[in-house]
Amino acid sequence: MEQVNPFKASPMREARAGLRDIAPAAIAAIPIGLLFGAVAVTKGLSPAEVALMSFLVFAGGAQFAAIESWVSPAPILALAFGTFLINVRHVLMGASLAPKIRLSRAEKFIAFFFMTDESWALSERRAIERPVTGIYWAAMAAILFTNWVVSTTLGAVLGSFLGDPARFGADFAFTALFIGLVAGFGRSRITLVTVGVSAAVAALVHHFIGAPWHVASGALAGIAAAYVTAGPEARA
Amino acid sequence: MNLDTTTLLAILAMAAVTYVTRIAGLLVADRLALTGRAKAAFDAIPPAVLVAVIAPTALTTGWAEAIAAAITAVVAFRLPLLATVAVGVVAVVLLRGVL
Repeated sequence: MEQVNPFKASPMREARAGLRDIAPAAIAAIPIGLLFGAVAVTKGLSPAEVALMSFLVFAGGAQFAAIESWVSPAPILALAFGTFLINVRHVLMGASLAPKIRLSRAEKFIAFFFMTDESWALSERRAIERPVTGIYWAAMAAILFTNWVVSTTLGAVLGSFLGDPARFGADFAFTALFIGLVAGFGRSRITLVTVGVSAAVAALVHHFIGAPWHVASGALAGIAAAYVTAGPEARA
Repeated sequence: MNLDTTTLLAILAMAAVTYVTRIAGLLVADRLALTGRAKAAFDAIPPAVLVAVIAPTALTTGWAEAIAAAITAVVAFRLPLLATVAVGVVAVVLLRGVL
């Protein structure tokens, strides 16, 4: 029964679905990218270095964390470790998504370079109803990647002309976007407990210990809470 | 177009670490056959990670951000994603002006 696929995935429809689903995230990322570039040049990076970082690293959270504590000369090991702490979530995300995406193993090694919280979360949501195709993934990746490289570079070039992004609420777009994505996972008891525990632990750790430890500790606490909550009712 | 050597090395290190985290899941996914509680824990990864990333901004920055986050969470179940983001951003701007 599982062999039958009721969804005839036409390439055009898959590409359009990818573009449609990623549009809100891409639009929300523009002010964040401009902000990143503008902050980065105030820390001494050149627009070329900003462009190169966005092109090669392509991870907003890790890039923001790096820029926030940027000194010259750059502390390579500290930056690499900070990047690892923020991005280690990708391991779990990739393991979860890998069997749900219709690509060969070699293709996945290329495709996963473009994995972001947004494209991954949207793919996980899509996987609940239908298979995730390579074209769907590629459409999202192309938009987000181009968008991120262009907006961060533009932010670096425009620099101080932008003014304070908090004035027009752009700094909150990332938070609002993530709340919207979390809502897509529903309101089951396990999900609510997970969200509550993860939020509380992350906020406390951020307050008393500091970034970037709140991401790993909050996420692990939420996952542990789900394990405990599922308890006896979860049958294999 | 100027590239500092140390900066370039730092960027390359960040890029390498990030790529390894992105593909590491491919190397362990085949060995994960989860059931019961373990599956519930694994399924909880997406919301747990997303919430942990934003919790400090949403909860401990100030009342304007906390209330705006609550409003965003309520509308998130009723509106599409872009409208949810718009409501959140407008709410935080208005609340910052009032509080």
